Amino acid sequence: MSISRRDFLKIAGLSGLGIGFSATDLLWKRGRADAVEYMPSPKGLTAKRWAMVVDLRKFRTEEDYKRVIDACHRIHNVPDFGNPKDEVKWIWTETFEHAFPFQRNEYLPEGIQEKKALLFCNHCDNPPCVRVCPTKATFKRRDGIVAQDYHRCIGCRFCMAACPFGSRSFNWRDPRPFIKEMNPEFPTRTKGVVEKCNFCVERLAKGLKPACVVASNGGMIFGDLADPDSEVREILKTHYTLRRKAELGTRPSVFYIIGGEEDA
Amino acid sequence: MYDAGKILIGLIIFLAFATYPFYSNMGKAVAKPEPKLDTPVIQKMEVKKCVESKEFMRAEHMQLLNQWRDAALRRGERLYKASDGRTIQISFQNQCLKCHSNKKKFCDECHSYAAVKPYCWDCHFAPKEAKR
Ligand code: HEC
Ligand code: HEC
Ligand code: HEC
Repeated sequence: MSISRRDFLKIAGLSGLGIGFSATDLLWKRGRADAVEYMPSPKGLTAKRWAMVVDLRKFRTEEDYKRVIDACHRIHNVPDFGNPKDEVKWIWTETFEHAFPFQRNEYLPEGIQEKKALLFCNHCDNPPCVRVCPTKATFKRRDGIVAQDYHRCIGCRFCMAACPFGSRSFNWRDPRPFIKEMNPEFPTRTKGVVEKCNFCVERLAKGLKPACVVASNGGMIFGDLADPDSEVREILKTHYTLRRKAELGTRPSVFYIIGGEEDA
Repeated sequence: MYDAGKILIGLIIFLAFATYPFYSNMGKAVAKPEPKLDTPVIQKMEVKKCVESKEFMRAEHMQLLNQWRDAALRRGERLYKASDGRTIQISFQNQCLKCHSNKKKFCDECHSYAAVKPYCWDCHFAPKEAKR
């Protein structure tokens, strides 16, 4: 039996299509069990835009700052290299003039001039770090948190260059030997990735507020900026607050109460 | 033929090298991997069941792990509804590795056989390390 060139092409084309379809079917099913679903935990805390108010009036002694910083760094396995060159930090302190360079003024009240500010990622509404990340390792979640997916981080450090707040640290060395007490529930990072504050997404998912907020004795207030009745909105309505370098247009979600009468 | 002797010797030496991997491994069957399930947590289970069926896990656990991490980290969805209807909290360290706390005798058993080296342990604690 001989077959014409035309018939051959028809059959070849049809079989090609058939193989194509079965392959898409295979790809589609790959890695999926039947009827699986993913969902957020019903216990989790949710918001449209998470934000923080730091009431610096409540931070009076070194101990007040240290307690908060240690709470964060302990649960997230943040290493302490003991030298500023290699430093990795999620939350730290800075002098007033470094934290708020545009508010600097030599006639400020003495208490404020010397005040240390408590700094961490601003979880900007318009985050430059997200825009520059070539792998989408850093991205903005729907609840406003600027998250970092360490699995995708290639260590290019564009985000560090883009962040005007110095909120990001690079792991120049293996962090593991420099973690004092390991928290076995949370992964470490590794040499060659960038890291930063995550607003405790892993705690929010369990219905817990961020560790710093819990340790701050009321010095830090966390809530939904998009909800007009939230605690943070109440505070912003009744207090004068500053944001770091708001002029740059990144729209930080962290607000600072600097001075004035302390609330009861 | 010129230099037949030299060529033959050359050929024999070449063949000896080229076939070395085969005859040096002859008779030494590489032990089939036997991942162990005798961890304390699994032994306490009444129905010894993984997240999904054993066949699925064996073939697809890497994909499942990828989906877990994207769901948990990128979409904030930390609950997994398995195909048999159970709802499971997504966590690599606090689920997979709580049950399979014998990394060496479980994960590594297969992985060294298949010559894959997942880099997860650079950051996620292998169960033993976490205990110190
Ligand atoms: C509740 C305890 C439990 C959890 C959690 C669990 N497993 Fe399992 N796993 C088991 C048990 C029990 C078996 C054996 C199942 C069987 O024999 O049917 C198993 C089997 C497996 C197998 C197949 C082993 C073989 O011999 O072929 C793999 C691979 C596996 N698990 C990987 C994982 C991964 C990856 C995770 C996390 C996504 C995980 N497991 C979470 C208990 C667990
Ligand atoms: C039944 C044998 C078996 C067991 C048990 C097993 N794996 Fe695997 N795993 C494999 C094989 C085979 C591959 C390679 C598949 C491939 O290359 O396509 C693999 C690949 C992987 C990968 C992807 C690696 C890469 O480089 O692409 C990850 C991640 C992984 N396994 C995690 C685990 C973890 C974690 C455990 C223990 C809880 C585990 N596996 C237990 C057989 C196993
Ligand atoms: C650079 C460090 C790093 C490496 C390497 C790494 N992870 Fe992660 N992983 C993390 C961090 C940090 C989290 C965040 C935990 C959280 O927010 O709860 C995480 C979260 C996850 C999660 C989701 C939530 C959870 O708590 O488990 C999964 C699943 C996961 N990783 C799997 C893997 C697998 C599989 C590998 C290896 C192929 C791997 N990871 C390699 C750092 C890493």
